This record gives sequence, C-alpha cells and structure tokens, in this order.
Amino acid sequence: MFRTLGRRAFGLIALLPLSLPAMADTVSHFTLKNGMEVVVIEDHRAPVVTQMVWYKIGRADEAAGHSGIAHFFEHLMFKGTKEIGPNEFSAIVEKQGGDDNAFTTQDYTAYFQRVAADRLDLMMKLEADRMVNLNMSEEDVATERQVILEERGQRVDSDPGSLLQEQMGAAQFLNHPYGIPVIGWRQEIAALTHDDAMAFYKAYYAPNNAILVVAGDVDPQAVLAMAETHYGPLPPSDKIKPRLRPAEPPQLSERRLVLRDERVAQPYVARSYLAPQRKSGDQKEAAALSVLAELLGGAGTTSVLTRALQFDSQTAVYASAFYSDVSLDPDTFSLVVVPAGGVSLGDAEAAMDAVIAKFLQDGPKPEDFARIKTQIRASEIYARDSAGGLARSYGAALASGLTVQDVQDWPSILQSVTPEDVMVAARKVLNKNNAVTGWLATLEAAK
Amino acid sequence: MKLRIAFFLLALASPLQAEVAIQEVTSPKGIKAWLVEDHGIPFTSLSLDFKGGTSLDAAGKRGAVNLMTSLIEEGSGDLDAQGFAAARDALAADFSFSSGEDSVSVSARFLSENREQAMALLHQALVNPLFDQASVERVRAQILSGLRSDLKDASAIAANLDRARSFGDHPYGSDGSGTVDSVTALTRDDILAAHQGALALDRITVGAAGDITAAELGQLVDALVAGLPATGAPQPADVTPQQKGGITVQDFPGPQSVVLFGQGGIGFDDPDYYAASVLNEIIGGGRFTARLMTEVREKRGLTYGIGTALANYDHAAMLSGQFQASNDKVAEAISVIRAQWALIAAEGVSQQELDDAKTYMTGAYPLRFDGNRRIANILVGMQTLGLSSDYPKTRNARIEAVTLADVKRVAAKLLQPQDLHFTVVGQPTGVVSE
Repeated sequence: MFRTLGRRAFGLIALLPLSLPAMADTVSHFTLKNGMEVVVIEDHRAPVVTQMVWYKIGRADEAAGHSGIAHFFEHLMFKGTKEIGPNEFSAIVEKQGGDDNAFTTQDYTAYFQRVAADRLDLMMKLEADRMVNLNMSEEDVATERQVILEERGQRVDSDPGSLLQEQMGAAQFLNHPYGIPVIGWRQEIAALTHDDAMAFYKAYYAPNNAILVVAGDVDPQAVLAMAETHYGPLPPSDKIKPRLRPAEPPQLSERRLVLRDERVAQPYVARSYLAPQRKSGDQKEAAALSVLAELLGGAGTTSVLTRALQFDSQTAVYASAFYSDVSLDPDTFSLVVVPAGGVSLGDAEAAMDAVIAKFLQDGPKPEDFARIKTQIRASEIYARDSAGGLARSYGAALASGLTVQDVQDWPSILQSVTPEDVMVAARKVLNKNNAVTGWLATLEAAK
Repeated sequence: MKLRIAFFLLALASPLQAEVAIQEVTSPKGIKAWLVEDHGIPFTSLSLDFKGGTSLDAAGKRGAVNLMTSLIEEGSGDLDAQGFAAARDALAADFSFSSGEDSVSVSARFLSENREQAMALLHQALVNPLFDQASVERVRAQILSGLRSDLKDASAIAANLDRARSFGDHPYGSDGSGTVDSVTALTRDDILAAHQGALALDRITVGAAGDITAAELGQLVDALVAGLPATGAPQPADVTPQQKGGITVQDFPGPQSVVLFGQGGIGFDDPDYYAASVLNEIIGGGRFTARLMTEVREKRGLTYGIGTALANYDHAAMLSGQFQASNDKVAEAISVIRAQWALIAAEGVSQQELDDAKTYMTGAYPLRFDGNRRIANILVGMQTLGLSSDYPKTRNARIEAVTLADVKRVAAKLLQPQDLHFTVVGQPTGVVSE
C-alpha cells in the first residue's frame, strides 16, 4: 500500500521479459564526477516527470542478524533532515500536487516522486538533501518500528501464501542471503535501533552508490545541469565496496515442504528452481529462460501448462510460470498450479511434472514460438506508453549489475532466442535437485 | 532556512491546467465516443463501459453477469477458446473484460498495423461469444475457487458483511460474483440472458486515446458494436445505505484484524460534492499527511496504512474507510478515528490543512492524463459521471473555490459520528459488537 516492499512473489512480478524496451533515441546516460549515474528518458506527451533515486543496497546486502534494516531504513528516509521536519518531505511533495513513495527489494532501495515537470528542481533538492543530511529522533525510529511490524503483520503473517513463500525462499538458498525475506524476520525487526539505522545510512547512502533516473517531459541537458547543481556537490563515499555475497554451493537435493494453515481455502503447489539471471554482456541464457517462462506459463490461455492442465484435462483452475530475470545474483524460475476441485495436491504436482517432462522431450510448438516473438515486439511499443514504467525498468536493471547498453540490447537478444536455446536452458534449470516444492494445504487435507 | 524559502515560493506557483484536447466524436450510426488523438506511438487504447454491470443480475441468478463477462474471451464464432487466444496473441492485441456493481468494462489495446483485424476479433467476441459447455465449466470452476477462497479471507469477509449491512436486498448488498450455490446453479440460458441484458447499445460509453483519427474511430466503433441489442435489462433503483453506527465483530484467526468503517456519503450531483471531496482528502485521502494517516500511523504506529474515500455508486453514496491492525491495537485505532470524526464534525479543519489539500488536488489532477491507457479510461469515467468534455479545464477552479467555511459546513452536515459503523474481522482485544 504505502512505502511498499518489493517482493519476489508468485503473481506479483509482472512478466518482465515482455516489458523491457530499447528506445535508444529517447534515453540519455551520464555519470557525475562524484560517481552518481544519471539516466534521462524523454516522453513529451504530458507535462509530467518522475524522479527516481535508486541505491545499490538491498536486503541481501544487510549484515547478519539485522534482517529488514534496508526496508526499515527506507521508511526512516521520510523522517526529516536538518532542514526538513519529520514527515515534511511527503508534505512538500504533496503540496506540489505530487505523489511520492519508495520500495525495497533484495537488491536495491528506490525512492520516487511523480510531479508536474516544472517542479523537478525542487524534487532534486529534496532528494539530494536527504541523501546526506538525514536527522531523525529515537522516538521517530520507535514509532516507525511499530508501523513496520504492522506492515509485516499485514503482508506476511496474515497471509498463508506469503508465509509459504518465505519458507520456500529460506529453503531455496542454502548459503546466499536471498533466503531471508525482504521485510526481515520479526524478532530482528523488533531489535533494530536508531544507532543501527544511522550506521547503515553512513555506510551505504552516497552518490557513488546511487542512480538517478528521470523520465518524462524534460530536456536531458537541463536535467544534467540540475543534477550537477543538486547532487554534484555531494561527496562520494570511500566505503562503498563491491557487492560480493556468499554464493550457493552446488544444490544436490530436492527440498519439499508443506505449510498447513486453517486460513487456507484454496490449496496450491508451488515450485521454485534456482536459475541464472541476466548478466552484463551475457544475457542470452536469461533471454532463453524468459521465453521459456512465456511458453510454459505466460499470461493467457495458450501456454503449455494451461493447455495441458486446464483444457486437455481438468486438473487445475490456474497454472503459471514466472522468471525473475533482473537480479544481482542467481534467483528463481517458478511454477504454480492451483488444483481443480477434487484433485489432490499430490496429483496436481504429478500432473505438473508430467507436463514438464513432456515439454523437455517435445520442445515448443513452432506456432507458439512465433506468437511469443510477435508479442515481444509489440511489448516494446506498448511499454512506451508509461514513462514511469520505463524509469523502473532502467533503474532496476542498473541497480542489479546491468548497463544501459544491456537494457537496450535485451529486446533484440529476446528476438534472437531459438527453440534450441530454450531447450538447453530448460534442461539445465528444470532440475529437481535445484528445486523447492511447496504445498499450501488446508488443515483438513493435511490429516 | 534556504530550503524553506524555496518551497514557499514554489507553493505559490499557479496550479497547472490539464491541457488535454478531448474530441467529441459521433459515429456514422450515431454512437458517441470521446477521443484524445496522439500519433506519437503506433497503437490505440480503447475503453467501453456498459452501465449496469452485476447489478443487472436477474432474481436468483447472482453471478450471471460476472460469469458471462469472464466467458467473453473464451471463444466466439468459429474459434474455440484456444483458437481465439491464439488469434489475439498473434495480433499482439490485449483485451480485458471485467464486471463491477455499475458496469461491464471492456478495454483493448491494439497496434495500428493490424487495427482492423484486432477489432474484428473483438467484435466477434462481444457479439457472438460461444459460451460452450466446456468453457462454461472451466471458468465456473475458477470463479468457484475464488469464492471458496473468499470464505477464508478476512478482507473479503469484511467486505461482504459491510455490503449486506449497508444495502440489504439491493444488488449492492451482495458480492456480484455470486455465491458458491448461485454460481453452481447458473445455466447456459442464464448466461445468454445476462449477455443480452448487460451488453446493449442503450448503455454504452466509449473512450479512446492514441494513434487514431476521429473519422477512423467513428467507423471502428460502428463496426465493433454492430449486432448488439438496442436495449438491455432495466437498471436497479436508487438505495439509501443503512445509517446505524456501532461495531460488528466477526471472529477470524490471525495476528491482525481487517477493519472497514463508513457511513452515508454525498451524491456527485450535490452542490457540496467538491467541498466534500476536499474534506475527504483532508481526512483520509491518498496523502501521507492526511489526518487519519497522521493520527493513526505516524503518531501512534497503530497501522501500516489507513484511508477513506467518497464511494459513489450509480445508485448510492458512501463515505468509507479501511485499515488493518494488530488485534491489540484495534480498539485504540477505532477510538482515535471516532474522536477525529467528532472533532472534525464540530470544528472543521485548519486553514493549513485546506490549503495543503487544495494544492495537492489541483496539482495532481493534470498528472492523471499521461499515457493512452489512462486517458481512455478517464474519458469513459468522465462521460459516465455526466461531465462535459471541457471539464478538465474547469475542474481545478471548482476545487479552488472551496472555502474553509464550506468545509466546516459540509463536515458538520456530512460527518455523523453516531452513524459511523465499524466492521471488524479478526480477534480484536477489548472490542465487541455494539
């Protein structure tokens, strides 16, 4: 709802493979002397601008025992500076008719405002101010801790599906920090202090750890000049280190878990496989996995899973596949099957596995492949309808180890994927030794 | 202090006017459509609205319009569901169909290069859907799965309780998706009847934005809706929501409670509507600085988020709000809300709150009109409210005209602390039905 948490979740990740545009003609890229990257995306159809500042600090960069501090800190960024009182930041943006918010994921924390284009200068002044001058009281931290515990209660503890997802994430990653949820474990959130927050701020919030993305009715050179005025004088930090996280060892064994909860009415089966991500200059395998996700369980009626489980048989009421292509480190390729009435979770899982096995043998149908290529091409056109969406695409990519060039190459790499590429990637990733299978079950069914 | 001075100066900058050029188009066959033409990107967004929606369900057929709407894209003419989806995807067109209390909405997005084929496909879906037995059973099973989930979902339970309490036997008093029993009993004839009743020419509103001219849109609309019946099912009567304050608690397991609260609202055609919309913005609008957000979240940490809205249906008006809170915090949150309701009814709001809300509302308004999809939806919304096409040029002046005395007067009239009702689903500490 507010100051939201980016989540790696079934159904919440829009199908990224079909949403990234090229648009080299309307995108400009600069780097300030202090190391802050600047991306400007022009869209002159309406007098609106979105400013986003992305920090290359996410849940997976936190110190052990401090889970949730990246997200906690995101909330504290609204608590004021030496110049701006507590919560005045949002008040100022709102007085300009703007909206502002922020979100945190495993790999980044981002802040944004959407305002009339002639108010950009003020937004930059505010955002630059809180990059270095944050000033909050012990009491502000204590109250916000309560808000975040309420947020965890609302988003996770009240929702058995979110609890299952958390448990599956923890089982998926044997060593990599992606196994800890973005919002953090409750007991660790409850223990975070004002001093923890200030130490975190000093360590990670600096221009050379940030990316500015401005999208809308703006002139790139004017944006650059404005950025130099507001962000340019901020000193870079010499404490920013390469983001090297503990890597996964070889995964040798399938993991399975069952979450039973009295609040479950509609059980389902979820499966996540460890999967490689888009890497700078090397996006081919991820492109093949993106096409694979579309083929197996993309939106619509014609995916392999939907056809097999909802049309050829009445095994499921819903089936889908998701792939997280943008992440700093390898993440997941996921499947979900919601069984039809009278179909057990065991039978639903067996049917899902049979579809996967058959696909690995037969490969994609040529007509399905052609259709997905057409949709990829159209998605570049449709994506241009939302400058804010483009800003998100560029920001997420740049905060996850990709470059502007990688983003602009992506559509043509997707177009170049062959059925053979898809099958090579599928055989590698759809391996149960890499996988976690989770059942969300009713209490009755579990007996 | 430098920064503060700069903010002050900018706050005085005059609010933007929405510079959106709306064309009123009348098709050769006389159907009205609004258009914002923009040839910058080679596609068009189109929105259609059929007034009535799930409120047109015949007696005993609850959920028929919803099931029918979900079946529109499941095959038509000589294409089965798979064939239809394959044809649509090969054109890279997007269609969506949804039903609500007051309308069936259709929206489409299609490339200029294959506009005619995409619209021919949509026309076939609207006018000649198959409703074949296999599709009916498949989609019925999906809807039943959702309804069964709702029975164990605190938010859905709260919404259903609140609807029933507010609107009783009126269609607004129950979930438009129907119940497990009513949906199970629906027949193909019921679905056909819902189609004839809900998708008729006497209730259609059209908005379009993007790469299309007025003449092209006129032709397109005529072809798209050719063959739909001239008249459909009768619209429901107006209804006054139940005005009885208190608390209804429904037990549900979990660490938090879902709370819906509300009372009667104010009609869109009421001369005080604009003052009321400013008042709502101050109490619980979309800003972090709204009164309830400040009192319940920022000062006390009782919730992650709280908001209110003027909920204006075609046949009723409510002032509604919602939040979610840990069970041990619900009682305090309710008492804070009650106190604020009484305080604002008695004293109104401050000049600062009014000024801030007005600059926000007038500043935010022009920002809505970005992107073909958003514009097409707004064009439909404006027409269904009966607004004129120059409304975007006059709307901010109406907000600007609201005075502190107006807000105080409307607050005293609209906010009725004794009518404010809370529906609580959870296991709240120290809160009982009253």
